[in-house]
Amino acid sequence: MNERVTELRRESRETPVSLSMERAVLITEYYRENEGKLSTPMLRASTFAHLCERKTLHLGKGELIVGERGPAPRAVPTFPELTCHSEEDLRILRDREKIPYAVSEEDIHLHLREVLPYWQGRSLRDQIFKELPLNWKDTFAAGVFTEFMEQRAPGHTTLDGKPYEKGLLDFKAEIAAALDILDRDPDDEARSEQLRAMDLACDGVIRFAERHADLADELAELEEDPARREELRSIAHICRHVPAHAPRTFHEALQMYWFLHLGTVTELNGWDSMNPGHLDRHLLPFYERELAAGKLTKEDARELLQCFLIKFNNQPAPPKVGVTAAESGTYNDFTNINLGGILRDGSDGVNELSFLILEVFDEIHLLQPQCNIQLSRKSPDSFLKAALRVLRKGYGYPSMFNVDGVVAQMLRCGKTLADARDGGSSGCVETGAFGKEAYILTGYFNTPKILEITLHNGFDPRTQKQLGPKTGDPREFANYEDLFAAFQTQLRHFMDIKLPGNAIIEAIYAEKMPAVFLSVLIDDCIEKGLDYNAGGARYNTSFVQGVGIGSITDSLSALKTHVFEGALSMDELLAALNVNFEDREEIRRTLSERSPRYGNDDDAADAIMRDVFDTLFDAVDGRPNLRGGRYHLDMLPTTCHIYFGSVLGATPEGRHAGLPVSEGISPVQGADRKGPTAVLKSAAKMDHLRTCGTLLNMKFLPGLLSEKAGIEKVAMLLRGYFRLDGHHIQLNVVDAQTLRAAQAKPEEHRDLIVRVAGYSDYFCDLSRELQDEIILRRAHGDA
Amino acid sequence: MTRGLIFDLKRFSVHDGPGIRSTVFLKGCPFQCPWCHNPESRSAKAQLLFREELCLGCAKCVEACPEEAIVMVDGKSQTDEQGCRLRGECVEACPVGARELLGRQVSVEGLLVELQRDRVFYEESGGGVTFSGGEPLAQADFLIAALEACDDAGLHRAVDTTGHADSQVFRAMAERADLVLFDLKIMDPDRHRELTGTDNALLLSNLKLLGEIGCAVEVRVPVIPGVNDDEANIKATAEILVDLKNLVGLTLLPFHSGARDKYPRFGLNWTLSENLQANGEKLEALASILRKANLPVSIGGEKDE
Repeated sequence: MNERVTELRRESRETPVSLSMERAVLITEYYRENEGKLSTPMLRASTFAHLCERKTLHLGKGELIVGERGPAPRAVPTFPELTCHSEEDLRILRDREKIPYAVSEEDIHLHLREVLPYWQGRSLRDQIFKELPLNWKDTFAAGVFTEFMEQRAPGHTTLDGKPYEKGLLDFKAEIAAALDILDRDPDDEARSEQLRAMDLACDGVIRFAERHADLADELAELEEDPARREELRSIAHICRHVPAHAPRTFHEALQMYWFLHLGTVTELNGWDSMNPGHLDRHLLPFYERELAAGKLTKEDARELLQCFLIKFNNQPAPPKVGVTAAESGTYNDFTNINLGGILRDGSDGVNELSFLILEVFDEIHLLQPQCNIQLSRKSPDSFLKAALRVLRKGYGYPSMFNVDGVVAQMLRCGKTLADARDGGSSGCVETGAFGKEAYILTGYFNTPKILEITLHNGFDPRTQKQLGPKTGDPREFANYEDLFAAFQTQLRHFMDIKLPGNAIIEAIYAEKMPAVFLSVLIDDCIEKGLDYNAGGARYNTSFVQGVGIGSITDSLSALKTHVFEGALSMDELLAALNVNFEDREEIRRTLSERSPRYGNDDDAADAIMRDVFDTLFDAVDGRPNLRGGRYHLDMLPTTCHIYFGSVLGATPEGRHAGLPVSEGISPVQGADRKGPTAVLKSAAKMDHLRTCGTLLNMKFLPGLLSEKAGIEKVAMLLRGYFRLDGHHIQLNVVDAQTLRAAQAKPEEHRDLIVRVAGYSDYFCDLSRELQDEIILRRAHGDA
Repeated sequence: MTRGLIFDLKRFSVHDGPGIRSTVFLKGCPFQCPWCHNPESRSAKAQLLFREELCLGCAKCVEACPEEAIVMVDGKSQTDEQGCRLRGECVEACPVGARELLGRQVSVEGLLVELQRDRVFYEESGGGVTFSGGEPLAQADFLIAALEACDDAGLHRAVDTTGHADSQVFRAMAERADLVLFDLKIMDPDRHRELTGTDNALLLSNLKLLGEIGCAVEVRVPVIPGVNDDEANIKATAEILVDLKNLVGLTLLPFHSGARDKYPRFGLNWTLSENLQANGEKLEALASILRKANLPVSIGGEKDE
């Protein structure tokens, strides 16, 4: 890293995260004046254009890629039109030990005076909670599921190759063409408003870039260093070209994407930020052309990529509140760059830039963005090994995806082969057709909680409410099949509460919160004249994310083994659970140590896992959503397994009340005793091709990957898992001793990044529970 | 049906031959090497292990024992060794895993079912199955039958051996293995007898035999400080190996004392010095002697880049 990059990186790492009220104040002013005067799409677009025109710009010393979402790096705007923070929320955000957001007293007062009064009762979150039925609210409060869109917009989107071939002026021409062919039918008024709004949003972003060009020119005038003056002139030149026009150079291509990124994350606070997707394949033509012409060196490209990655880290996730903060408490906003993969024509997507970008990630290794490799049968092993050499440094990325499986998942969901190959994985592990799909996470589903409710005949012992149907006193179940049937009934019951709730929320977003700029970038919103949030995309998917498959499998296995086929009575078991195993250690250990457990390639346990998976799948997959698409199942937790454990009493696999449930599709922490191949075999007994993403965490000690032979063998281990259709694997390369040392002396281990779920985070920023849980995940390769 | 006594089956074994392997550890060894990493392998009989610190005092084992060989003493279970028939019922009954039966009888058929569970990983990595011990040739009939069954199943076979076995038996093994991992320790016969309790003439003649048979051989030398890390021993090793056809690898295994804590649990004493440590420079010096003799030497656990 040169001095410039070192300094930009230092600034990005060390600047404390703060809240900026600028966006909230600008937007509130604008709404006060214009709400009711414009159609909703036009109100959103003109508000957005207003932000682009008025927001404070930042052009930092030495920067090559320019533009910030906030007024300065790490200053995070709020989105009161979606979630308006209360005074208490702001103080909690400011004062909490983990993941704080600094906010001055002055700004708190500004917020309370200018922002809060307008949005109270008007913010989307308030409207959503007003519309949702009581049984939804009770179930939500019990922790049976979470809801993604109660405070962040549907986002979770990744761009394809369009921005490297077209400028916003080209998109505007397409919008004009779509407006031209509108007929005079009643829907056309709405379409026309939507299209005009999309057009205005393009103007906003072009204007935002021009303002940067002006600023760069102004700074150039004042700059004394001739080299930097030249750079600033060049930045001005670039910002006058992109995003209005298609990029011509490697530098312009990166700046092009960055303006589009800022536009989408300023417009709304969509989940999982925004993502350039297959950066290596999109940049390759520029790289090769300029390299051949002698206009760019590999080192120039490296520096630009370094500057580009640092920009992501300057944009921490917008702060969440309540349960949502617990389910996903992190600064990471989940930009997950894809490397490798398969090209549209079916050829191997690994290129020279795939390797260079891996190197740049190795050099920069900030919290975000993160990267993954999309490994196909066609990808060379050298690529996989290069990724493992980065991974072993302990950043927790890159994660590894089986792209052949990813493509198969998309084909199953009805995408064309070419669109599937253009797609990949974003957020944590979710499969989507980049640039063409709205694939929206709707919430986590607490599968072990369903069993607890089943064992209480539909009653939730924590909130003391009869939430589910009375499926029978478990003491009267004649056999395991009776129990499982009751569990299935309860699961379907709660899914039938969750999905109609989603429909209400989707309708609110479709009507009241269009994403007019994002809609420009996602096919076929222009053609259809329909917003991203209203079904405008070519593919419209909703996901439910199943959590706790390890815990539920082991719980059912323990019940089957010891209650239905063993000597323990249901009464004794329930009594032990009710007292949280106090003075029942013998029962607890028998349940935990003497039952077949998931993660050991034990067919008895794994068959139960498959039954639970099939039940979830049948309850979710293929059901229609409101946007003309369908529901599919994901198996991932982010950090929600901690929250779900906190609302759950003791469970039959011997887990004490309140402790985390298992994460992703990983075995219960410490339950796997037969090494990594057995874990992978168990995990692969789930049919990954019927999901749209599964998340498997594995912890390896550094020793194995430090050896040449070890790299080779871990690489082949992953190949084996992918041959079994495994979707994704992420490795934590760190020893338990190091983690304990970091718990004891966080100040000495500030930069220790560990894999949490579909992403990595600073270990010291994690809650104590999550830290303990990560230490407990069984480490492999320690023999 | 041929049965064997094994004390472990380790999956994702990455240090005993090419690729990802499963290593089957057979119980029983004719040697008494004081640096042995698997002291639990020495006895050719199953052993009942008890970790008193885990015992909850629940007496489930007392109820479970058909021989009535377990009693409770001061809230902990105690087994009468004379009465114990090693049936393992107490192991199954113990809720905390305080009891472990070291050594289980397996049939070749049963073993193959277990070994085939990782087939996909063997195939992806060019791995397979390794038979280790103890000395696997101490259960020669079982070993030969298992090797043949692996061959039928298309699994790559390696045998990790001291070489100490009847020549006919050794030949039968070598003809059925794809790779022999041959542990070569001390060249001087007297010193070998003194430290391991057994002569080395037989194993050296078996090593020569491998050259005749044509089976691939990887020789592994555990380098024990003060025991066999003298130049003379390594030079003598080189002399023998230069003539060995089909030598595909020669690995110097750095000593580590990780097994020391296991010794007392098996009623054994650790007789080497307490603070022995591998010496990287010395290993490198020994490796260069072997390299000069054009031998394909590497040091175990070599770093990547």
